[in-house]
Amino acid sequence: MIPVAFDYVRAESLDEAIAALSEHGDEAKLLAGGHSLLPLMKLRLGTPSVLVDIGRLSELSFVRDEDTYIAIGALTRHHDVQHDTIVLREAPLLAAVAGRIGDPQVRHRGTIGGSLAHADPASDLPGAVLALDGTLVARGPAGDREIPASEFFKGFLETTLAPSEVLVEIRVPKGTTGHSYQKFVRRSQDWAIVGVAVARVNGHVGVSLVNVASTPVRATAVEQALASGASAADAAEQAAEGLEPTGDANATPEFRRHLARVLTRRGLVEAGL
Amino acid sequence: MSILGNRVLRKEDQKFLTTGGTYVEDVPLEGAVHIVYVRSPMAHARIRSIETSEALESPGVVAVFTAQDIDLDPMPPGAPFANRAMTRPWLADGVVRFVGDMVAAVVADTRERAVDGAELVFVDYETLTPVVDASTAADNPTLVHEDAGTNVVLRLPDDFVSAGIEQVAAEVDLFEGCDVVIRQRMVNQRVAPCPLEVRASAAKWEDGHLTQWSTTQAPHSVKDTLVQLFELQPDQVRVIAPDVGGGFGAKIGGYPEELFVAWVSRRIDRPARWVETRSESMMTLGHGRGQIQEAELGGTRDGKLLGYKLTITQDAGAYPNFGAFLPVMTRLMLTGVYDITKTEFSSCSVATNTNPTVAYRGAGRPEATAAIERMVDIFADEIGMDPAELRRKNLIGKECFPFTTAVGTTYDIGDYEQALDRVLEAAGYAELREEQRQRRDSGDTKQMGIGLSTYVEVTNGIPGSEFGAVEVLADGKARVRTGTSPHGQGHVTAWAMLVADQLGIPVEDVEVIHGDTDEVPRGVGTFGSKSLQSGGVAVHQAAERVVEKAKKLVADLLEANPNDIELDKENRRFHVAGTPSVTKSWAELVEASGDAGLSAEVDFAAPGPTFPFGAHIVVAEVDTETGHVSLERIIAVDDAGRLMNPLIAEGQVHGGLAQGVAQALMEEMCYDDQGNPITANLADYAFVSAAELPSFETHPMETPTPINPLGAKGIGESGTIGSTPAVQNAVVDALSHLGVRHVDMPTTPIRVWSAIKEAKGDR
Amino acid sequence: MKVEVGVNGVAYERDVEPRTLLVYFLRKLGLTGTNVGCDTTSCGACTVLLDGESVKSCTVLAVQVDGRSITTIEGLADGEELHPMQRAFREHHGLQCGYCTPGMVMAAVSLVAENPDLDEHQVREGLEGNLCRCTGYHNIVAAVLDAAQSSREGAW
Repeated sequence: MIPVAFDYVRAESLDEAIAALSEHGDEAKLLAGGHSLLPLMKLRLGTPSVLVDIGRLSELSFVRDEDTYIAIGALTRHHDVQHDTIVLREAPLLAAVAGRIGDPQVRHRGTIGGSLAHADPASDLPGAVLALDGTLVARGPAGDREIPASEFFKGFLETTLAPSEVLVEIRVPKGTTGHSYQKFVRRSQDWAIVGVAVARVNGHVGVSLVNVASTPVRATAVEQALASGASAADAAEQAAEGLEPTGDANATPEFRRHLARVLTRRGLVEAGL
Repeated sequence: MSILGNRVLRKEDQKFLTTGGTYVEDVPLEGAVHIVYVRSPMAHARIRSIETSEALESPGVVAVFTAQDIDLDPMPPGAPFANRAMTRPWLADGVVRFVGDMVAAVVADTRERAVDGAELVFVDYETLTPVVDASTAADNPTLVHEDAGTNVVLRLPDDFVSAGIEQVAAEVDLFEGCDVVIRQRMVNQRVAPCPLEVRASAAKWEDGHLTQWSTTQAPHSVKDTLVQLFELQPDQVRVIAPDVGGGFGAKIGGYPEELFVAWVSRRIDRPARWVETRSESMMTLGHGRGQIQEAELGGTRDGKLLGYKLTITQDAGAYPNFGAFLPVMTRLMLTGVYDITKTEFSSCSVATNTNPTVAYRGAGRPEATAAIERMVDIFADEIGMDPAELRRKNLIGKECFPFTTAVGTTYDIGDYEQALDRVLEAAGYAELREEQRQRRDSGDTKQMGIGLSTYVEVTNGIPGSEFGAVEVLADGKARVRTGTSPHGQGHVTAWAMLVADQLGIPVEDVEVIHGDTDEVPRGVGTFGSKSLQSGGVAVHQAAERVVEKAKKLVADLLEANPNDIELDKENRRFHVAGTPSVTKSWAELVEASGDAGLSAEVDFAAPGPTFPFGAHIVVAEVDTETGHVSLERIIAVDDAGRLMNPLIAEGQVHGGLAQGVAQALMEEMCYDDQGNPITANLADYAFVSAAELPSFETHPMETPTPINPLGAKGIGESGTIGSTPAVQNAVVDALSHLGVRHVDMPTTPIRVWSAIKEAKGDR
Repeated sequence: MKVEVGVNGVAYERDVEPRTLLVYFLRKLGLTGTNVGCDTTSCGACTVLLDGESVKSCTVLAVQVDGRSITTIEGLADGEELHPMQRAFREHHGLQCGYCTPGMVMAAVSLVAENPDLDEHQVREGLEGNLCRCTGYHNIVAAVLDAAQSSREGAW
């Protein structure tokens, strides 16, 4: 319940944050809403020696309609993503997924950038951004870099962000015609045992799976089956293709594969397929 | 008109709603050090060495203690009949026996620095094979306690027979005349009690006098233990249970973590405090349940139950505590509400390398009810009879009370059939069955289950008296001192109502003092649904005596016969019958009573326990594709005798229902095969939330008991006892047409899904 | 490090270690109504309002709220006058041991403030982050629905 002592740097600008990260390297962690990081630190599972607080960079909290896509600032809270009218209209999957994260208190603090950068394979937003074929914008000492969501998640709690890079913006395409987030939980506030995000955007169907691997994964076999005209039910049968999920107290690997198929079918149907 | 029976709002709520209560962690204690225990990360290991020097050099660390520093006898064993060689040391002495076992105590000037210091205690362990599976522990060559020579803690009935407590039972042909005998193995899983306030303890010594604050349900018992441990006179120890944030049985006894604080405080001559974390609490606050049950039930094809056999393995954990004793309580309620004339019971409580088990809401009785109620449902399914009908055929009739069961328990009073009728009617049972039939016919993936349970339980089951005192004060207000120790049960309001009922002094003018051994001379505490029928009755009788005394005094003052004196409760004044104009108020009488005052003390010992009963129906929807269960309705008819405050009684039922439902559906304290707890925090342990529950449909029944003058029975545990099997039966009922006969608790998605798959033969 | 935090309308300036959690910061001010019930951001006993919105004060650093304003259970009533949510909890017997109560009440206040037009399902989902072991939530839900009703009627 007591984190290990650390040094605290409050960044007054993005440049300051990047400079601080560059200076401290692996020792430092970015603090946004703190709802991924602080729980780990309280249990002393995370022991950064420097925290760089970017929580006050209000320029990173926004939602903008950018013609073909919407841009969401990394510091936008789950609560705001859930209720934002642009998100609700143009990327309703994100709003629905944000509304299923944790509980209201968590959604009042947790941020979309923090959740993505933390890259927990059981968390909700990474799967959604993946299904939407989103793009993540990172800023580092050398300037901005656009990273497709499909290349962002590298491993368990691991992304392709460099230690001195800050995730600043998330872009997802407009044009959603159907969506669904199937989150299978025992308790409302829990992490997904398995989650399935479905997004129909501009004629393409994106399907991604949560908590079945060390990163969120695209159900490419399902997407391909749908593209070649398979029914939702038939396509969903491919959902566990190539998956080797782990087992835990809530699910065996076999049960996870089964859930992936059932939830994918339900998700496709809810998305109007 | 009496105030009793009214929904009086609670007096205690004001502070909780405005400033919060004062819990042990909140008690101001100038200059107190903070203690953090270094705990074993291994289930079973030998300690090769403990390195404390770095911790001692850590900023703010005042002291680090290990077993070799301790000059105090071990705590008295927590379980009657337990093997002395299984006694728990204060800090692990050479061997650690469960993950969470205490190895060292780090004392620092702040909590933060104590936590930092504790990280710098390095323990070198030599891993030993752990005993994790209770079902094989009795024959496991590995011993949790080498010196004990066995892992067996208590065998029933053998150990009671050899101790001369009972005789060898006559051989019976248990299943003679039975057309059908069904058998089932059931796990009544280990659960974590999870009071929302974790444990905390604080101690302060002044001139050889110890004041100890403790999160306990039984402060006087903590005091007795401290007196014994520190070889003090009773007046040298004061134990205070301030506001306590729930207990559910797990805070009855004094834990070593708590009592050791007093030793540390004396040793370093400073006040000391310990507050555990939730993760620590999940590992080391006593767990509940933990039984593996093998049951057999026999009867005729037309539904007469004849013989019942239950064999239990009880997991006692590493240091046997009350958990080892739970089978005694289970046996007491073996056959529940049914007239089954032939029974056989045996149990074996074993030590394992896990956290000790203790009492948890119901303590042994929910396990009895779960077993018989599940078996009755399986029997009904086997003979093709409606489970409500099978129950009705076998209930003990209301004309039979007092009724002594085959195991020798004498039930005070009951009307089980009425409870069953009422719950069936409230649920709309026939319509539910019809809806279920339609769903089955439609082949919907979401199937409906209707689960019943009819239960009886025992409350105030431990013989003894409880203390209550009533005193009228100079200003005409009243003060109650009670030996009960409420931690959510609303005694402050209920006891004030009992006094108001007798004295006419309004509830807001009755102060209730509890949880302080300097203020209350004697007391047992609050557990086992005993408080109203023991401590409440004591207060009631003390109030009666105060009125009698007052009447004598009035008679003296007005030169009348005491029998002619009347108390006008509405105006709080006494007068002689027929002359209401000349009166005496309570304040006047207190003044007139002089030094003697106007007060009475009662130690009330009930002539026996009481047996609340009821019937519950749960309607569940089971997703047969995912195994997910959602609860649609929970209908509960509960009879706790006469209700003093239905608002509070209902609240007790609600809480009980939630906990009972949670055991059936969600909660389990799990260990891996190396004895590592894997659900030891509130993110992993499925503590039920509002979002998983429907609103409850509760229907009180009031069959007063003849056992005590209030006609009251306990209500604290009924909800838990009745609801667990109703949920489990509902889940199985939803799947019975698919060939599923049993699903162990908790009925999680993976278990439900696996059961369906297995029934389909698709292994 | 120095922080200045408004708590229940009073400005407090304190020197804190960066690792100090908001809940311990508040408790050290003597405001012990806010309780700690877990260490995994699960139970909600420590819920307070941060600029009017519910947050779990066990998962916020004191340094993060420098310059912002906090409301705890101690600051909810208007003098002797209970807040409608406090009153509803009392009238519906929505508390027993009282340990979850401050956090539960603050979470409920925020929930209703965001959307007073709540049904039972929304209340239950809205309180998913607040655990209670005593009440089975039944009376808590009833209290919140009642307080929401009074809010819709303009009583807040």
